[in-house]
Amino acid sequence: MLSVESLDLFYGDAQALSGVTLDVPEGEIVAIVGANGAGKTSLIRAIAGMLKPAAGRVFYKGADITGLDSHRVCNLGVGQVAEGRQVFPTLTVRENLAMGGLLPRARARKTGNMERMLELFPRLRERLTQAAGTLSGGEQQMLAIARCLMGEPDLVMFDEPSLGLSPALANDVLDTIVDLNRKGLSCLLVEQNVAASLEIAKHAYVLENGSITLSGQGSQLLADDRVRQAYLGM
Amino acid sequence: MADGNARNRLAPVPFRGAGFAPGEHRLGGAAALVALVAIWQAISSFLGVSPLFLPSPIAIARALWRLIVEGDLLSQIGVSALRIAAGWSLGASIGLVVGLAMGLFTFARAAGFAIVSALFPIPKIALLPLMILWFGIGEPSKIATIALGVFFPTAISAASGVDSVPRNLIRMAQSFGLPFADIVRKVVLPGALPSILAGFRISTSIALLLVVSAEMVGAEKGIGAFVLQAGNLMQTDQLLAGVVVLSGLGLAVARAIAMLEKRFSSWR
Ligand SMILES: Nc1ncnc2c1ncn2[C@@H]1O[C@H](COP(=O)(O)OP(=O)(O)O)[C@@H](O)[C@H]1O
Ligand SMILES: [Mg+2]
Repeated sequence: MLSVESLDLFYGDAQALSGVTLDVPEGEIVAIVGANGAGKTSLIRAIAGMLKPAAGRVFYKGADITGLDSHRVCNLGVGQVAEGRQVFPTLTVRENLAMGGLLPRARARKTGNMERMLELFPRLRERLTQAAGTLSGGEQQMLAIARCLMGEPDLVMFDEPSLGLSPALANDVLDTIVDLNRKGLSCLLVEQNVAASLEIAKHAYVLENGSITLSGQGSQLLADDRVRQAYLGM
Repeated sequence: MADGNARNRLAPVPFRGAGFAPGEHRLGGAAALVALVAIWQAISSFLGVSPLFLPSPIAIARALWRLIVEGDLLSQIGVSALRIAAGWSLGASIGLVVGLAMGLFTFARAAGFAIVSALFPIPKIALLPLMILWFGIGEPSKIATIALGVFFPTAISAASGVDSVPRNLIRMAQSFGLPFADIVRKVVLPGALPSILAGFRISTSIALLLVVSAEMVGAEKGIGAFVLQAGNLMQTDQLLAGVVVLSGLGLAVARAIAMLEKRFSSWR
């Protein structure tokens, strides 16, 4: 569904990604594991069209989307739940959700989608008119996910969705992702919680210093000595 | 994860730093002010300081009352307030537009920062004679001087307010296909607002300073002219009554801006 081929990305002279190749098959959860600074966020931003890669291609549903503007990529059905949530702090919960529903692909069904989101995340309904900046971390993450889903994506890239959340809330977020995946959403998941993400991912890649160094089934990587040593502290 | 559990069992370490967090104390502040006035009064009453040199607070209050009831102090204040309002609104609105443009567009930024940093250090009151040459001795030269003084800090605070808006938030809005004008209105402006309001705090005090200076140079009415005239006539009590009015004016404006800040940062 999404495939990335030999992607290179630079910040000025510094290379952030080199020759990254990966595949997200339809309906699956694919995890990317890597240390801080490995390039996970850069990879997601490059796919989303927020950063232009120096070389390589990104294909989505067979079409070349390399270098498209981010709103075009989004409108094709590739959503993003960005690192650090990025809710609009001064806007209300409702306005944040409406923002996600602006995409032409979903605009006509905005009202219905909003109702669906409020059913999925009842906490947001109680806070509809509250400024998003006043929500708790967990609520902001729910809002970020709901806002993304307002655009009716077929694939969502989650960048450290449980960052800064309590273990219980982090579990809720991961459960939500599994749930959405069961309903047919394809997911690219970057998580600091390596063990949990390898458990729910069918396939996973290890990203080190901008390159993929290892890939395999989630359960395989979970048992791999190198992964256990580097990311699970065992 | 084993080490995660081990970490959970550790008791939280209490924060050991202290100090560097001065609290608020309303009564303390009021008491200090009352004490200051009381000491002043005591010095005037018991040490025999000449009232011409330093009138007592009571004498000043009496002068203030007389000026309000019998004199035309209120209309003097009105004249000054109008000049401030006109000069400040003019300077602040142009400064806002220029500052936002400097934050948003590359060309405006390059040109703007060059010009602003070259002209900002000029004490604006030094331009009053030039303004008088250009616009005459009347209202426009005073208003223009105040507007000039207000323009620079407003432009700078607006530009740096835009700079302080997280780029990722703007990128997010772009990815939803939000039009440029809406991004400015819904994401950039709210993010820049705290910095803009901090700029207002500075620019209003500059406006007050400039109105008094300009009125001392060439005006018949206005609180600055009034204070100067009282000084020339050695009416120290009236002079200080004018100063009290000025500090009241400054406090009122600062209070109004604090209220704006509170109103617009309620989401924090
Ligand atoms: N805006 C940027 N400008 C320059 N370097 C950046 C920028 N963003 C990230 N980097 C660098 O790129 C590398 C990858 O960063 P990032 O993609 O954020 O990693 P991760 O998400 O895996 O922690 C890091 O070395 C980081 O310092
Ligand atoms: Mg990251």
